[in-house]
Amino acid sequence: MRVGVFICHCGNNIAGTVDVAKVAEAARMMPGVAFATTYMYTCSEPGQEEIKEAIKREKLDRVVVAACSPRMHELTFRRTVEKAGLNRYFFEMANIREHCSWVGEDKELNTNKAIETIKLAVEKAKQNKSLVASRFKINKRVLVIGGGVAGMQAALDCADGGLDVVLVEKSPSVGGMMARLDKTFPTVDCSICILGPKMVDVSQHEKINLYAYSEIEEIKGYVGNYQIKIRKKATYVDWSKCTGCGACIEKCPSRKAYDYFNFGVAPARAINIPFPQAIPKKAKIDAQFCRQFIKGKCGVCAKFCPVGAINYEMQDEIVTEDVGAIIVASGYGLIDLDKLPEYGGGRYPDVISGIQYERILNASGPTSGHIERPSDQAEPKTIVFVSCAGSRDKSIGIPYCSNFCCMYIAKQAILTKDHIPDSQSYVFYMDIRATGKGYDEFTRRAQEEYGAKYIRGRVSRIYPKGKKMVVKGADTLLGTTVEIEADLVVLATAVTATPDARMLAEKLHISYDQNGFYVESHPKLRPVETNTSGVFLAGACQGPKDIPASVGQGSAAAAKVLSIFSKDTLESDPQIARVNTNVCVGCRKCIGTCPFGAIEEQQLRDGRIVANVIETVCAGCGICNSTCPCGAIQLQHFTDNQLLAEVNALCLT
Amino acid sequence: MAEKEYIYFPGCSLEASAIEYDMSVRKVLTSLGVKLIEPDDWSCCGSTPAHSVDHVFAAAVAARNLAIVEKMGASTVITACPACLSAFKKAHHRMKKEESFKKEVNAILDEPYNCGVTAKSVLQILLEDIGPKAVAEKVTTDLPDLKVAPYYGCIINRPPEIMEFDNPENPVAMDNLMEAVGVKVCDFAFKVECCGAAFGVAKRKMVNELSSKVLTMALDAGANCLVVTCQLCQQNLDLRQDQINSTMGSSFNIPVLFFTQVMGLTYGYSPQELGIDKHNVNAESLIKSRRPVEERIKEEQEKAKEKKPKAKKAEEEES
Repeated sequence: MRVGVFICHCGNNIAGTVDVAKVAEAARMMPGVAFATTYMYTCSEPGQEEIKEAIKREKLDRVVVAACSPRMHELTFRRTVEKAGLNRYFFEMANIREHCSWVGEDKELNTNKAIETIKLAVEKAKQNKSLVASRFKINKRVLVIGGGVAGMQAALDCADGGLDVVLVEKSPSVGGMMARLDKTFPTVDCSICILGPKMVDVSQHEKINLYAYSEIEEIKGYVGNYQIKIRKKATYVDWSKCTGCGACIEKCPSRKAYDYFNFGVAPARAINIPFPQAIPKKAKIDAQFCRQFIKGKCGVCAKFCPVGAINYEMQDEIVTEDVGAIIVASGYGLIDLDKLPEYGGGRYPDVISGIQYERILNASGPTSGHIERPSDQAEPKTIVFVSCAGSRDKSIGIPYCSNFCCMYIAKQAILTKDHIPDSQSYVFYMDIRATGKGYDEFTRRAQEEYGAKYIRGRVSRIYPKGKKMVVKGADTLLGTTVEIEADLVVLATAVTATPDARMLAEKLHISYDQNGFYVESHPKLRPVETNTSGVFLAGACQGPKDIPASVGQGSAAAAKVLSIFSKDTLESDPQIARVNTNVCVGCRKCIGTCPFGAIEEQQLRDGRIVANVIETVCAGCGICNSTCPCGAIQLQHFTDNQLLAEVNALCLT
Repeated sequence: MAEKEYIYFPGCSLEASAIEYDMSVRKVLTSLGVKLIEPDDWSCCGSTPAHSVDHVFAAAVAARNLAIVEKMGASTVITACPACLSAFKKAHHRMKKEESFKKEVNAILDEPYNCGVTAKSVLQILLEDIGPKAVAEKVTTDLPDLKVAPYYGCIINRPPEIMEFDNPENPVAMDNLMEAVGVKVCDFAFKVECCGAAFGVAKRKMVNELSSKVLTMALDAGANCLVVTCQLCQQNLDLRQDQINSTMGSSFNIPVLFFTQVMGLTYGYSPQELGIDKHNVNAESLIKSRRPVEERIKEEQEKAKEKKPKAKKAEEEES
């Protein structure tokens, strides 16, 4: 066996704290090593060329590269050795950067550690077996979770690219948060006017199958072959009959239902259609407010429905869809006002959130677009906006910036002046984050043309004084405290992950950060991928994002799906568990421990029951390997013998 | 017979300028079957004068008292004074968290403090250990004219990670107790606003302005009386009320009572027994209408009877 060892300087990253020449010298003395050298940047093109040439020149049959983490460049070097004619699994990587040069400062100790790390890799490489990937067919359908603007963009792009799309939306209509906005910054164009056509496209596209008012129940499978169970929640209205005429809503006697779409600005009826442009425009009953469900008698909507669509007996329904890839666009949430007790914690009706103000500004909102304050429906003349209400506040566990509040506050200040010309807006801010195209000009317009008074400082307390709300804060530019008597106070409440974001992540086997936002595969270079292949991210589920960024990600995620679906088959990873049926005693321990349900019983021709690994389901985690009492089940490329060779190299020599 | 026993630390002001706070705490807790044991040889808690000069010294002064309690075999000490509470909690918190600080403090002390004592306010044990239900059971007297604004001040539950009690921005402990004894509580926005605290000496005008705001807000909230848990707040709002009136040109005449005094009144003690006559602003006009609680219950029942037919009718109409 002839092993070649290639030691990378990585500029000064490794060579700065590791004596690479000494490491190469030591490597040459290791049993089985035929060739060892160092190079400035092994991952560079000449670096890879050198590996290829050395394989031919020195007749190498195993290659070890001592450089960075395998997460960084293992695939790069596997391809290199493959191009030189070796099986890609004859390559082994020794991590002497993240695990060595970056963490220690003592050059001598680091050098010794690097030598030992390489020693392990060489012994492992010598044990490596040739592995060949098999190919499997993929199901070219895609599931999009969430029908906000990011999800709709992803669904439309996939559908236009010829894919069948299953779009699952939790609420009764697609549109998401954008459908609730009045105007959008920095162009002040009507939100629903630009979103509406997209919503109609989604409903009319023959390639898109929309499940509204539905949630993901269960996800099984792997990239190319997912089985999805979708819970269609009971609406108590047969949507195949409902025409959206609204007769039921008009007659409904339960008038105190919570209006989810309008964030509770005004009460709704127990049977309702969220907004005029809803897609699908179908009614649903909120059972917790409906008299038929609370008191067991009413039936008014059933009496007045002209098509007999009301069905109080309706149950949730589970449907199954098979797809090959998943785009997650599940959106964001907002903190409740009760998290902000210094601003009244929701006790004062005239202290509202930005999204509530958005509904008040909106022509199809509860006030028909007239600005009225909730307490007495009076037109407010002095309006105070408080930015960072909860955002950038470690004390309530939200250390991050909510991204778009600075901009929508400027927009709302402009709209307020448009609606009420003799009004005065004040904006308390920490700093103005207006980094997008045309954004800074926009916030300046709010101040210079629309006369919004910007006060740099935080608000310490909001309290009532007669009919006014007193906003008490600091003006840090003047170095003084200010008190403004406002008619209405709008809080830019912090953006959060959705309440069920963590639960969905666990179903998807993707990771989330400490704030509940989904983690992308690489923050710069793989922004819409996750570490689970076949699952992609779009929009604010990954972090607070404005509309252009969400749309961009929706399209990007769609492009990623179209790219993997451009092939008919995918390569399976050969690093999975395999059973040696001669050794297996059929104890079934592995079946119980496998977290993916990838192991089944199999009866051999001689009647013996043994374990069998379903190749396409196995994720290669290795739990079965360590569970098996007789070593019959072995994770390929990480077999007992391969790992023990490493242990022996470290402990016995 | 005493059902519960607590080690009770009065602190300096409850023996002198706020002796009525001490009187009312003892009366109320006795009514609730609580026995108070005062530690022998207790000393200064280490509050403002000490901790504005030297943190180790301040902690040592506090820890000396905590060590006495620890030696008595108790794990809890209660105090009515928020400044004592704060001093104990701060010293305990830092000594528990920082081993080096603990060593530094204990080096000064004859008897080391081993961080085994939790300090609690009288307010906290009334709410958490005794509970609003038991508190309500002892009520014999109704105070129909009293409308209170509970004023908590700055330190009884802040900083939250050290005080570990109630909401730091919108506390409700006193609100709940006042409601439990049947007193009308007004929703008051200035519950934790600053009264000016110890700046009464150095910056009198500032204290007058701040205290004046607290009083104004209480009136705006519809209250005719403030209930407090801190004797310094009480002093700034009550003793300085004439001063506030002359500086600010106002005419406040709002009694400022300790919450234990109000509880004591509902338990049937006389204003003199609770030291209410020691305050500057006279509360007599608000509390002279005291009557047995049975009268109120009877009144409420009659009102409910009157209401019922109407309510029933409305319900029928609705369905």
